[in-house]
Amino acid sequence: MPLNTQPNFREAGQRYFQAYSPGDDFYEALIDTHRDLSDEQSAMVNARLILLLANHIGDIGILREAMQIAREGV
Amino acid sequence: MQKTFTYPKFDFVRPPELADGKPGHYPVVVVGAGPVGLSAAIDLAQQGQDVLLLDNDDTVSIGSRGVCYAKRALEVLDRMGCGEKFVDKGVNWDVGRTFLREGEVFNFNLRPEADHHRPGMINLQQYYLEEYLVERARQLPRLQMRFKNNVISVVPGADQVTVRVETPDGPYSLTTDWLVVADGARSPIRTMMGLDIEGKIFMDRFLIADVVMKADFPAERWFWFDPPFHPNQSVLLHKQADNVWRIDFQLGWQADPVEERKPENVIPRIKAMLGDEREFELEWVSIYTFQCRRMNSFNHGRVLFVGDAAHQVSPFGARGANSGIQDTDNLAWKLKLVIDGKAPPTLLDTYTEERGYAANENIMNSTRSTDFITPKSNTSKTFRNAVLELAAKYPFARALVNSGRLSVPSWLVNSSLNTPDSEAFDGDMIPGAPMADAPVQTGSGDDWLLLHLGNRFQALHYVEDASTLDAQAARTLGELAYDGIGVEPIVIAQRGQAPAGLKTLLDSKGRLAQRYDLKPGTTYLARPDQHVAARWRALDAAKVKAAVARATGNA
Repeated sequence: MPLNTQPNFREAGQRYFQAYSPGDDFYEALIDTHRDLSDEQSAMVNARLILLLANHIGDIGILREAMQIAREGV
Repeated sequence: MQKTFTYPKFDFVRPPELADGKPGHYPVVVVGAGPVGLSAAIDLAQQGQDVLLLDNDDTVSIGSRGVCYAKRALEVLDRMGCGEKFVDKGVNWDVGRTFLREGEVFNFNLRPEADHHRPGMINLQQYYLEEYLVERARQLPRLQMRFKNNVISVVPGADQVTVRVETPDGPYSLTTDWLVVADGARSPIRTMMGLDIEGKIFMDRFLIADVVMKADFPAERWFWFDPPFHPNQSVLLHKQADNVWRIDFQLGWQADPVEERKPENVIPRIKAMLGDEREFELEWVSIYTFQCRRMNSFNHGRVLFVGDAAHQVSPFGARGANSGIQDTDNLAWKLKLVIDGKAPPTLLDTYTEERGYAANENIMNSTRSTDFITPKSNTSKTFRNAVLELAAKYPFARALVNSGRLSVPSWLVNSSLNTPDSEAFDGDMIPGAPMADAPVQTGSGDDWLLLHLGNRFQALHYVEDASTLDAQAARTLGELAYDGIGVEPIVIAQRGQAPAGLKTLLDSKGRLAQRYDLKPGTTYLARPDQHVAARWRALDAAKVKAAVARATGNA
C-alpha cells in the first residue's frame, strides 16, 4: 500500500457534518501540543512525535516515501 | 467618500410617551436596528406579535461592514420575506481560491451539491441588507420602529423591564415584558447591566478598503498568504454589488491605525496589488482588530441578548451577522410560544443552550482560522507553511488549508428539544439538523422545499403516490396538534395529490427522498426554524404530539 495522501483524519465516536472538521480537529491539537514551548522545545517535541508515529506506521517503505516527499524542494 | 450608495434618512417621530408623560408598556422591545435586531423584530411581527424596535441612529450601516451572507442566513431572509431582493442585488459566489505567494494552492466550492435554491454565499454591503430589512419591517403593521431613540438605562425586574430612552425631544420611560438586545459588539445594555463577556483578543490589525473599479476578476473569494505585493501578511479580495471590491490587508499589531487609514497610505497598497495602471476609487476604509468571546448566558431573565451583543468572532468565517440572524431564527418562535402561554418560560433557556452551542462552534472555527492565518509562534508558522507547500500536490494538505471556514448552520444534535431516533436512518437529517433544501413541485409549478417550511411546526409525511394516502392517515395528519400548538401536515410524494386538500409537495428530482432517506411512511417533524425535531418510519399521532411537547419545553 502506497503512502496515503488523501484526507484521512477521523476520530472514534465523532460524527462530522463538514469535510474540514476532522482535519481541523487534528491541526488544533497539533498546534496546542506546542503551546508555550520555546523553538528548541518544539523541535524536540516534533522529533519525538515523528518517531512515535513512524513506529506506529511501521512499514519502512511508506516511511521512506514520506521522508522523500517531506524533503522535496526544502 | 461614498458614491455608490445614498444613505436613507429615517424620520424621528415624537413618541407618544413624550406627549402624555406616561410610560408606555410593550410586550416586546428590540434594541438595535442592525441586521440582527431588524430580523428579530420582523420575525416576531410576522408571527403576529406586537413589537417595538428602538435604534439610536436614523440611517443604515455606515460603511459596507458585513458583506458575506451565507446560504442559511439567506434561507432565514426568505422566511422573513426579503430573501429574493437581497439575492437579486447581491453577488453570488461559490468558489474560493487560496494563493501562497504567486501560485494557487487550493480552491473550494461552497456548494458542491446541485439542487439547492440558495447559493453558498451572497456578497452584499450591509447597508443594503439593512435597507431591505427596514422596507420589510414597514410592511408589518405590528412592528413599530423608532429611530433616534437611544436606550440610556435598563432596570430588569421579575415581571417586566423598565427602559429609559433619550430622544432629540427629551427622555421618556417605557416598560416591556421582554427586552431583546441587539445593540452590537460593544453592547451598551450589556455594560449597563454589568454583565461579563469572556474570550480573547487577537493581537493583530487589519485594514479594510472598499474600492470602486471595473475589474474582470471572477466573482470568487481570493485569499493570499504572503503575496509579493504584501509580503509576510495575508490579503483577501471579495466582490460586492455596484462594482465595489472589498480588499482586506493584514497589517500586524505594530501598525498605526491612524496613519494606516489615511488615503495616502492606503492607495499605494492597493496599487501594489492591482498594478499601477488600473483605475479605481477608494470608497470606504476601516481598521479593525477583533475578539472571539461570548456571554456565558444569553438569557438574563426577561432580557435576551442576540448577535454580536452576545458573542463575537473573528471575521474570517463570515460568522458574525450570519450567526446573529440565526440567533433570532432560533429565539423568535420560542418567545412567541412563551408570550402566548403555549410554552413555559424555561423554553427560552434552550435559546442559550442551542445558540451557545452554535456560538462555541463559531468561535472554535474562527479561532482556528485565525491561528492558521496569523500563526502565533515560529513552530505554528512552520506547520502552516508546510501545509501550504504540500497543498499544491497533496489532497490531504489542501483539506488542512484554513483561510476561513465559512458560516454554516449548526447541527443541534445534543439539544434537549430533540426526540432521539428510535429507528435507523441514513444521511445527515438527524434530529437537530438544519433542514436541507430540495426542488419540489406543487400544483402551481417548480418550487423549493424550504420556501414551504418554517413559522410553525410541520409534519412531513412521505408516500410514493399521494393519491393513495389512506383515509385514516389523511385524518391523522389533519388533526395533528399539541395543546393549542398546531402542526401543519405536508404530504411528500413522487406523484399524485393527497386527498382532503392536504398540502402535497412532489419530490420532482428525487433529492428529497435522497437527502432525508425517505421510505413510504417516513414522517419528519420540522420546527418553526426549519430544524428537524424528530422523525419516524411510520406516522403515529401520539409520537408526533409527544415530540411537539418536547420541542416546546412542555414535556
